[in-house]
Amino acid sequence: MTLRSPTHILTGTRIRERRLALRRRQADIARAAGISPAYLNLIEHNRRPVGDRLVARLAEALEVPAAELTAGREEARIAALREAAARAPSTGELAPELEQAAEILARFPGWSATLIATARRSDALERQLINLSDRMTQDPYLLTNLHEVLSAVTSLRSTATILAEEGDVPVEWRHRFHANLAEDSLRLSTTAQALVAYLDGFETEGGIFTPQEEVEAWMAAGAPPIDKATDLASDAARALARDHLARMEDERAALPDAALAAASEEGDPLRIATRMRAPLDLVMRRLAALRPPGFEEAGLLVCDGSGTLTLRRPAPGFPLPRPGDACPLWPLYQALAAPQTAISAQVETPQQHRFSTISYATRSQPEGAFGPVLTRAQMLILPVEKAANGPAPVIRIGASCRICPRIECPARREPSILSPAPAVQGP
Amino acid sequence: MTPDILMIEDEPNIAEAVRFILTREGWSLELHDDGWGGMAAIRNLRPRLVILDLMLPNRSGAEILSELRAESDRSLAETPVLMLTARGQPAESAAQADAVMLKPFANDMLCEQVRRMLE
Repeated sequence: MTLRSPTHILTGTRIRERRLALRRRQADIARAAGISPAYLNLIEHNRRPVGDRLVARLAEALEVPAAELTAGREEARIAALREAAARAPSTGELAPELEQAAEILARFPGWSATLIATARRSDALERQLINLSDRMTQDPYLLTNLHEVLSAVTSLRSTATILAEEGDVPVEWRHRFHANLAEDSLRLSTTAQALVAYLDGFETEGGIFTPQEEVEAWMAAGAPPIDKATDLASDAARALARDHLARMEDERAALPDAALAAASEEGDPLRIATRMRAPLDLVMRRLAALRPPGFEEAGLLVCDGSGTLTLRRPAPGFPLPRPGDACPLWPLYQALAAPQTAISAQVETPQQHRFSTISYATRSQPEGAFGPVLTRAQMLILPVEKAANGPAPVIRIGASCRICPRIECPARREPSILSPAPAVQGP
Repeated sequence: MTPDILMIEDEPNIAEAVRFILTREGWSLELHDDGWGGMAAIRNLRPRLVILDLMLPNRSGAEILSELRAESDRSLAETPVLMLTARGQPAESAAQADAVMLKPFANDMLCEQVRRMLE
């Protein structure tokens, strides 16, 4: 029996890293491999298993031997088996023998594959359930439309009752009520149709994604026109994409491509901001979007005051978790506590990839002096050799505790599936 | 002149139907269609009853109700409030209301409820 390396990389992640290293779009690789960009996106985020024949086609498209993509697959299967066992409901005294995962996989590959597939299906269904629950209780589009339906029905009922039961309604009132009935009927039918179409969308495969994930897939596919973007399955995602495009346009107008490309020779984003007399946060976002010389592999993370990531533009090799999860050691979160101060830090991933990061938070009060204070932080991520100069401590980060092999991390909040002897510290 | 009823409701067709129903019963009614000036309208008009929609633009009915109940003028703070809500269940924030009526409602039940609250 062999012990797996704690630093294994999943096949999907390898495919993604290779594609980003080649600077190829998801849509191009997907087309070459004969699959949809959305399916490739699922594979790259390790949400779908990838068979040998598909690996061969992807390897050809990515110009690497197939073995290079699947190296460590055995380790990934062991990790998946352990996660399946860890996620299973407690069976009392009969805890699964996690330390024997590799042996079970070797002796019963078929049963292991079934267990892993069942766990993944359960995971997908659980996420879909959460997503549906969130939509039913929090989705502004759904709530607004339901309110619209009830308002129209209330008006229709009261007005129709008046016309049906009141015998002496004056003519001018009668005309007015007839017009109101026509208006409310039209409103009701339009809203009802929109609701049916929206609820139909819940049944599609895209329903397992969050709107943010749909937007990320859309951006990874090169941000095609929104009305033709197959990655944008939900109204919420299309609204996010429209906001994103509008913001990008505003920011491009404020910091034009040519001027930014010329100023990027400064190397240091703070010096670029000074030279362009522009806010640092704007410069960081534009550098990650334009990726001028010296910033070709720049990534960007943006979070709100709650720490929730609102934009994830990956840098090759930088580990990104699923939405809603993150590593508390990312300097991004230090910036939240020190607005208007640029925090420069080097970070190292479990795969020993180093990055230079600049994190910066801003505060605003869009509702005036007595309105709430909103904080937003962002972290520009650069491969270390292209980093801004200056002393910076190295912080050993991960993607999220669940898939981080740094067992003794002081910020750990839950056990890692990569450890046979999980350790939890803190409350 | 002090109206019997002040209705704060942003849906004009509902407001129009309710105005017709209640004024035919002999009550005087004033309408206000936005959350912002809702509290000011209550202070200015000092109605005997407020019919308040929960989901209003700019400021919710719950916020208006909360501010009303916190008024230092006790007679104003104790103005009876009938809350109209489009949600399936009365929200917790409607707990300070004297009565809650779910949309859609029957006209005769609305009349009956108003009569009980004004008499």
